[in-house]
Amino acid sequence: MKNKIFRRATSKLTAIKLPKGISHINSFSFFKNGNPVSDSSLAFSPFKAMVQKEITDHIRNWRFIILFALISLACMGTLFATLSDGMKVLVNDTTENNFFFLNLFTKSDGTLPAYFVFVGFLGPLFGISLGFDAISSEQNRGTLSRVLAQPIPRDSILNAKFLAGIIVISVMFFALSFLVLGAGLLALGIPPTAEEFMRIMVYTVLSIVYVSFWLNLSILFSVRFRQSATSALSGIAVWLFFTIFYPLIANLIIKGYEPSKYATPNAIYFYEKLKFYLVQIMPNELFDEITSAILVPSVRSLGPLTTEQMQGAIPSSLPLGQSILLVWPQFTGLLALTLLCFLFSYLLFMKREIRSRG
Amino acid sequence: MAEKSIEINGLTKKYGQHVAVDNLTLSIDKGEIFGLLGPNGAGKSTTILMLLGLTEVDSGSVKVCGIDTTRHPLEVKRKVGYLPEDVGFYNDYTGLQNLLYVARLNNIPLEQAQKTALRTLAEVGLEEEMDKKVASYSRGMRQRLGLADVLIKNPEVIILDEPTLGLDPEGVKKFLQLIVELSRKKGITVLFSSHHLHQVQQLCDRVGIFVKGKLLAEGKISSLAEQLFSKNTFTLEGGITPMDENPNQASDSLEEVVNKMKRIKEVSLVEVDKDHFVVESKKDVSAELSRLIVNSGYGLAYLTKKKYGLDDIYHQYFQEEEKRI
Repeated sequence: MKNKIFRRATSKLTAIKLPKGISHINSFSFFKNGNPVSDSSLAFSPFKAMVQKEITDHIRNWRFIILFALISLACMGTLFATLSDGMKVLVNDTTENNFFFLNLFTKSDGTLPAYFVFVGFLGPLFGISLGFDAISSEQNRGTLSRVLAQPIPRDSILNAKFLAGIIVISVMFFALSFLVLGAGLLALGIPPTAEEFMRIMVYTVLSIVYVSFWLNLSILFSVRFRQSATSALSGIAVWLFFTIFYPLIANLIIKGYEPSKYATPNAIYFYEKLKFYLVQIMPNELFDEITSAILVPSVRSLGPLTTEQMQGAIPSSLPLGQSILLVWPQFTGLLALTLLCFLFSYLLFMKREIRSRG
Repeated sequence: MAEKSIEINGLTKKYGQHVAVDNLTLSIDKGEIFGLLGPNGAGKSTTILMLLGLTEVDSGSVKVCGIDTTRHPLEVKRKVGYLPEDVGFYNDYTGLQNLLYVARLNNIPLEQAQKTALRTLAEVGLEEEMDKKVASYSRGMRQRLGLADVLIKNPEVIILDEPTLGLDPEGVKKFLQLIVELSRKKGITVLFSSHHLHQVQQLCDRVGIFVKGKLLAEGKISSLAEQLFSKNTFTLEGGITPMDENPNQASDSLEEVVNKMKRIKEVSLVEVDKDHFVVESKKDVSAELSRLIVNSGYGLAYLTKKKYGLDDIYHQYFQEEEKRI
């Protein structure tokens, strides 16, 4: 009897609570928690609210929609080009490897660049566009001082902006990777091997790290510069510098050290090392190396190798673990650059005076 | 002595060589409306930023509700509502959504936040516009939304930095009324910064005059006036008209009336220029004066009380400041 009453009482309770839960319109909440907030989640709830708001803002933003459309179109384009013309080439190309799925990401029939080229090219643009007005726009709209007058730690606004950017980028990249995988599955009719699948996942994660570097760099600029346009331009300038001008400069330097035909092996080795290390500070070069090592299992080394080192090597593809080991320095470098940008934006932001506008 | 809401002690802030706030010491009681009055660039906003820990303090200490701002800014921000000068909102969201976001940043559970948000919106008179995007709001509506935004966290202290800037006179009046009402009802301490003398005069219990980073004077408006114009704080101006239609009624001559005026208690000076007179006194004598004039057979054309306001105080201090330099 008691039990029955209790049950009825609880059912009444839920009956009261349910319509309320449905009726409240709250555009911020994606993953709404219906149950009363517990103490542990209470501490993170403001931060969660901020991240949710940032994600909502990104997704509603035309800038994001346009870029997303651009990248998806590029991916679709390459995918169809690869699948229609290059199918036979792909399948017949069994000379070195039989990683069909990886070929989807790396090979193209020549009309359009391959998928990885698009990611490497548009990824930075995407990162910059998500972050270049993160702080400056809040400042210009006068919302920054209003938000910072609330009882939230000052760094959580930076963290929320960054985390929201990462989440949006991750969702997008994983979606695209799975899309390519799925299309490949339909076209080829064979499932990817575990090795291939893992490689693609690792590649996706690393490309997210790469884009998050650019995101962080642009957040740094948005903290530093009051004008969003200035910060966007600085981000693009850095990107152009690394993709166009830095290789030119590196080339000039390398030319000066070019050894003659009859130089000693030591001199040649030094030259090759110099050539290798000079480009190692370029984030895009780091990412290119990561891409090639992860997506092309037959890549055995990224730097110069001497013939002695090559001796006894069996010409076969590397297992995934070895490939990851190969790009570990590059990965660490990228992560370090990302953290540096984050650190500087932190330093600039934490001591900053927050005026209402300008 | 009442509980202190804000205590500032020897507060100094420098920007390079320029001293923005110079050794400021000030305390504000709980439930008081304090007006921080000063010209642009006097350091009012900087002081407010330091109160909230939004900028670094060079020296001195700030305590809000007994909590040190430099050490525990989060605790202070939990208790203080701040309406920045020229407040900004997320234009793509509705007024209600903007409020709810702030409520969530304050860790108010959603259901409670919704109730409070609706109630505060009703209090500031925005319940009809709450589902419109903020982009479509007028300046006055934004300012009222800002006030709701401050009130939603149920603060003990609210700090308003030039809240009436850019509002039309009617809007200013309504806004100030709203602040007074809310402060009195809930016992909230209000720190109100402005360069508008009359608004501060209408609104505040106490005023601090702030020029070039220094607090020149502080106290009730009347006591400030007493400090400055120690002799006579009340000045009455009036006009008298002779009653021509009633010639048979005995009427005193003008001189006699003036003499009678002088005989009223506390009156120290009477000046007459034809039918216009100025009476200076230590207390309000308008009732006696008007009775006297009517009894003497004259008509009272007008009688205005000229109280020394902040305007005069302001100018006085500025003059002194300029002289010193």
